[in-house]
Amino acid sequence: MKRTKGEIWFDRFNNVLMFVICFITLYPIWYIIVNSFNDGNDAMLGGIFWWPRVFSTENYEAVFQNEGLMKAFGITIARTFVGTVTNVFFTAMVAYPLSKSHLIGRKWFLGMGTVTMFFSGGLIPSFLLYKNLGLLDTFWVYILPALFNFFNLIIFVNFFKEIPASLEESAAIDGANDWTIFLKIILPLSRPVLATIALFTGVYHWNDYFAGVIFINNPDLQPVQTFLYRIVAESGSNQMMAAATNVTQTTTSASIKLATMVITTIPILCVYPFLQKYFEKGIMIGAVKE
Amino acid sequence: MSTVSKPAPKASFGERLKKQKYLQMMVWPGIIWMFIFNYIPMSGIIIAFKDYKITGTMWGAPWAGLSHFKEFLTDPSFMNIMQNTLGISLLKLCIAFPLPILFALLVNEVRSARYKKSIQTISYLPHFISWVVLGGLLITWLSDTGMINEVLVMTGILKEPIAFLADPKYFWWVAVISDTWKELGWSAIIYIAAISGIDQQMYEAAAIDGATKMQKIWHITLPAIKGTIAVMFILAVAGMLNSNFDQIFILNNVLNAEASEVIDTYVYKMGMRSGRYSYATAIGLFKSVVAMILLVIANFITKKLQGRSLF
Repeated sequence: MKRTKGEIWFDRFNNVLMFVICFITLYPIWYIIVNSFNDGNDAMLGGIFWWPRVFSTENYEAVFQNEGLMKAFGITIARTFVGTVTNVFFTAMVAYPLSKSHLIGRKWFLGMGTVTMFFSGGLIPSFLLYKNLGLLDTFWVYILPALFNFFNLIIFVNFFKEIPASLEESAAIDGANDWTIFLKIILPLSRPVLATIALFTGVYHWNDYFAGVIFINNPDLQPVQTFLYRIVAESGSNQMMAAATNVTQTTTSASIKLATMVITTIPILCVYPFLQKYFEKGIMIGAVKE
Repeated sequence: MSTVSKPAPKASFGERLKKQKYLQMMVWPGIIWMFIFNYIPMSGIIIAFKDYKITGTMWGAPWAGLSHFKEFLTDPSFMNIMQNTLGISLLKLCIAFPLPILFALLVNEVRSARYKKSIQTISYLPHFISWVVLGGLLITWLSDTGMINEVLVMTGILKEPIAFLADPKYFWWVAVISDTWKELGWSAIIYIAAISGIDQQMYEAAAIDGATKMQKIWHITLPAIKGTIAVMFILAVAGMLNSNFDQIFILNNVLNAEASEVIDTYVYKMGMRSGRYSYATAIGLFKSVVAMILLVIANFITKKLQGRSLF
């Protein structure tokens, strides 16, 4: 169909506008990257917008040589891995029976979960619970409270409902029980939704800093985001950074901070584009009423 | 429907239960988890009506009635906290809520499929950046020697650099703009998905009738995603007392506290820093109750206006 003059101009304008939005979105990341690859003292003079002025990898070397930071990275990786695997498996396991309309108690279970989406005890009662359970200052305070998520459960339930029953039936005829069917048939068919939920949960664990601030005292157990938080937000941060890292002649606490930011951000940015088609759909599945 | 463990029509309750024992065994761990991690804390709300000390037990603490609620409502900082919480949320409702809809409409109009896909991928990116990293960047950029001031002074827009985060005047805007930047693309996903589900024939028919682009958007696209907008709106209104804690917690400081103290940060301060557990829980409960009321009101209004509702 022929476009009118107005439409052609609209398209041009729209393309340019989209380019501007993309630029505004990407530039801050670019800024962090270029400055993290610049000599720290030189970067303090400012004016580095597009490309490193005095190229240096020493900020990164300083990060990788810092024991505290490396430990924090270890905690982040461990909690992301353990937290994601357990949450996805546990939530899927609980969701599968709830996708069957003949499950006894189904309405009660779903009702019980729906309440939790709108009402919670809040920060203090949760804190006191973890304290009583002995979770404070242990690695498990990252994992157990985040083991299950009702919103994700709904996404799973809606997905499982769409799986053709004939597949389960033929397995049942072969003598498989519901548990085996879940493991051998349902899970392998659910890769798209598993990937979506794994991404959501993984990002939560990777980026969360609050649990480390509030439930953890032992510095050996803090994840890298908490480490960064303390550097960024708490007063006397620069001295702390200087004390925490071996600031040299060419690095400053600010430049090391930037390098840490890049290292914490890049892994996620490398993963999500590959899962794009899954989570675009996953969000839609979740939006369908339960 | 599955017949895997479907009951025979006259099966007794016990038989049915036995048939689905594996299913029951899979669902119960979730019920137990919810009981421990959702419902026990809910019962812990009781300390809002008591004078709980960390050394004692929840049940043994003396009753305090509504005194903690009264104290909060007459707290000299109450007005200020409510103003900040609602002010930031209202600004977000006016800016961060409609912009993703507009963005989705515009992305949908991009003609090149590859360009469209790249825009979407890029627009999701900030969602995956943690608030610590973004907050750290903002603190650096917005300081009086930071890059924003550098550019503004260089271009002559500002004569003197402004330490944006040290002045309460700017805090709400920093919070709203940075939040919009971070979530624009991500919030648009749901609208883009809704738009892509619209029947293309409607557009073709409209084009034959000589409809302009604006008319198509106004009469076809927007009505088609009205329901999605309504649901998102109800949820946004219900969450008005929820500030973006991750964000505020990192951007606030002593200098901007006047504009950055919100209910969530106040609960944290009272509970975790001052150890006033009962008082902090009472404030949290106050928030939950108001949020429930807001949810019901927003649901009612959208139902009346559009015939769409959450429940």
